[in-house]
Amino acid sequence: MAVREGLLALLEEAPRYGYQLKTAFESATGGVWALNVGQVYTTLDRLHRDGLVDVDASGEQKRYSLTPGGREALGEWWRAAPVDDPPPRDELQLKVLLAIDHGPDHALAVITRQRTALTRLLQQHRRGQRRGDGVPLAEALVADALAVRAEADLRWLDLCESRILRTGHPASAPTNGGTT
Amino acid sequence: MTDIRVVRDRDRSTALELIDVVKHYGTGATEVRALTDVSLTVAPGEMVAVMGPSGCGKSTLLHLAGGLEDPSAGMVSVAGLDVPGMSGGERASLRRTDVGYVFQRLNLVVSLTALENVMLPLELEGVGRREARARAGDALASVGLVEQLDRFPDDFSGGQQQRIAVARAVVGKRRLILADEPTGALDTITGDQVIELIAGLPGRDGTAVVLVTHEPRYASWADRVIFLRDGRIVDESAPADPGAIREPVGAQR
Repeated sequence: MAVREGLLALLEEAPRYGYQLKTAFESATGGVWALNVGQVYTTLDRLHRDGLVDVDASGEQKRYSLTPGGREALGEWWRAAPVDDPPPRDELQLKVLLAIDHGPDHALAVITRQRTALTRLLQQHRRGQRRGDGVPLAEALVADALAVRAEADLRWLDLCESRILRTGHPASAPTNGGTT
Repeated sequence: MTDIRVVRDRDRSTALELIDVVKHYGTGATEVRALTDVSLTVAPGEMVAVMGPSGCGKSTLLHLAGGLEDPSAGMVSVAGLDVPGMSGGERASLRRTDVGYVFQRLNLVVSLTALENVMLPLELEGVGRREARARAGDALASVGLVEQLDRFPDDFSGGQQQRIAVARAVVGKRRLILADEPTGALDTITGDQVIELIAGLPGRDGTAVVLVTHEPRYASWADRVIFLRDGRIVDESAPADPGAIREPVGAQR
């Protein structure tokens, strides 16, 4: 994905060795985005080929730094917003949309099940999360991102439920048996 | 007072129990069913979140748990005490000594200082002023407020006011805290802090918490999340193996 740009951003701070880049990348991303060192060197080779990084091979290890071209490419990346809105094609949406075709009761049952599963996931994130002032900022932000994504899906499911219930179908029904 | 006796001998194995509870308003053609066949047991030290679309019966459930309303059918008990069977005086006592409330709307008394607000339930209970002062101070300290307690609610930020409200809800060593959208007016980070505070109560002194919220973010602090729809419990989420899913951050290699 954006490993290229990530490495350029780290090199803008200071010239670095390959292994340093791997460690710096992982710590900047809160430890959730692991890179293998081979991937780092392959990416650096390409960046070198494209004229975006310089290699200083005079020492024991190769030391990489940003070229003016690399600085420019990085600047463009900072400025560019990821504007290409992805089409709504995730599995959760597909499942709910198709469920509605099978009738509101089925749709509500599917929504309930998905919501319970997502809530459980959120509860598990919450428990695994370290808290307090000592948690590194990157780690806290990554945990926030995971939580907020699950929350977005849950909010959407709530909207689906409300809209289905509002259509006023009679058996806005319990999934645990009950009236028919 | 007679209610002292009632508060003594009782079954303490459940903080809150609802069995086959039905609540409807009105009758016949105008009957509105708020809750249908709701059964829920909350153990001491447990935190349960109640979620569902508006009008699903969340608030009715809290009102029943706190003795503010009676069920049309079924049983409601708090710490083993049958709530619908209580007299007005016994209910008032229950609300002063066993059940604490935290509402979305900050219901602090604006003409009382922070400290006096927290002392209020103790004084209503008949605790002497000196002791009430000390215990209120402790409760405020437990929510992180130790300074300028002689200021009035309006002098505090929204988050701080909600902390005062939490302190007031817990000051009498409550068995059950009922929280109705306690984060409603707060920004996310402040809301997190207030919920973290509330979620810390069960572990600290065995208080049970029932939290009504429409925010999954806050519900996720609970041991169990109950989903209501049209007055019925439709599902429940309780992680089977807490904390086992997510690797500690940084453990990946």
